Amino acid sequence: MAERDLRALSGTLLDERTVFGLRELCAACGVHAEIVIEMVEEGVLEPRGAEPAEWLFPGSAVTRAQKALKLARDLRVNWPGAALALDLLEEIEWLRSHRRRAAGPTARARSPEGAPVSARLIRTPA
Amino acid sequence: MEFKDYYETLGVARDATPDEIKRSYRRLARKFHPDLSADADADDRFKEVQEAYEVLKDPEKRAAYDRFGADWQAGQEFRPPPDWQPDVGFSGGGYTEAGEFSDFFEALFGGAGRRRSGAGRRRSGGGYTHLRMKGEDIHARIAISVEDSFRGATRSLSLQVPQVDGEGRLVTRRRSLNVSIPRGVSEGQQIRLRGQGGPGLGGAPDGDLYLEVVFAPHPLFHAAGRDIHLDLPVAPWEAALGATVTAPTLGGDVELKIPAGAGSGSRLRLKGRGLPGTPAGDQYVEIEIQTLKADTDAARVLYERMRREMAFDPRAGLGKD
Repeated sequence: MAERDLRALSGTLLDERTVFGLRELCAACGVHAEIVIEMVEEGVLEPRGAEPAEWLFPGSAVTRAQKALKLARDLRVNWPGAALALDLLEEIEWLRSHRRRAAGPTARARSPEGAPVSARLIRTPA
Repeated sequence: MEFKDYYETLGVARDATPDEIKRSYRRLARKFHPDLSADADADDRFKEVQEAYEVLKDPEKRAAYDRFGADWQAGQEFRPPPDWQPDVGFSGGGYTEAGEFSDFFEALFGGAGRRRSGAGRRRSGGGYTHLRMKGEDIHARIAISVEDSFRGATRSLSLQVPQVDGEGRLVTRRRSLNVSIPRGVSEGQQIRLRGQGGPGLGGAPDGDLYLEVVFAPHPLFHAAGRDIHLDLPVAPWEAALGATVTAPTLGGDVELKIPAGAGSGSRLRLKGRGLPGTPAGDQYVEIEIQTLKADTDAARVLYERMRREMAFDPRAGLGKD
């Protein structure tokens, strides 16, 4: 039996504008503080602030910590291994998104609106 | 239900040693791990591999499974024999961290496989009242368009969500909900909906729902973080002489000055024309010079004249030290 909820639910976007303290991060990941402290010591997470009590994590750290926990659980990698895998994954994502698109439909312009915008030439092929 | 060939799933022989089974499991788990693989069906494959390992790593479950012999083929219609007693002998053992196993698994080894990722298992008819535990977090993906991120949007989705029924048992129900897509969300980011996960037990809070955002392919735009990329076709003379052309952005068309002498691959940056945020992303326009076919007499005459009068060797840089 399907249940419908017609309200539009608003969530929190876990990006750098959302900040988590140690306790909130632990709650979001369902782990004890010792685990998060280990992850910070081993380079999985890089909070701002010197002491655990002052640590501030960006929202993206929740995603990263959850992935590290899954990798450690499913593949038995240790924290440095999880950190390495996550860094490489980020690099792969970056390369993937900057790879030139395959030839697709070309851009079609409609009627011009407004004044010409200024653009800066940032790369000219040699 | 269909018979599952766990040996085939792990790619090992029926007489494989525990070490061989473990090695094969580790290799396949790395290959299909949903956080590592870009394959669309990685999630399902990973679950199959986990289920197969769950059975084959445990000498008792493996022996029980082996009773069906090698005659069974994967996908064959299967009913457990009448004297088979699920839940006896197996439900007490610990299960690894798998979420949900197949009906085939449950028919053989009991419903305990359909358990929560924390601890605590359903006692037959007992319910969870003795436990206090936060509800399960649910992770799902939501596909949106770059326009949805640019303008903000509401998207509906349908999920399997665990719920507690009238008798205190945990059941899965399909649930539809509408979710606001915040402006400026970029690919790979998560939206966290507190309390929209599985039910908490014994007064503990409900779990959360995490939605990972993926962008559906767009015919023109391609996002990298908050930046938007566009390939803009231009004519050779527009690139050589400079021109003002119309280019699409997420916020509508703009007029764009192509500087004289722009080459194929030249990039222009439209500051702040990407996805909104602090700071907003930029739009990058990559110039793609398109050549015209010499398929009319007039075009052929023009090309011939360029060949005669323009000293141009596009391969001047090749083969010279």
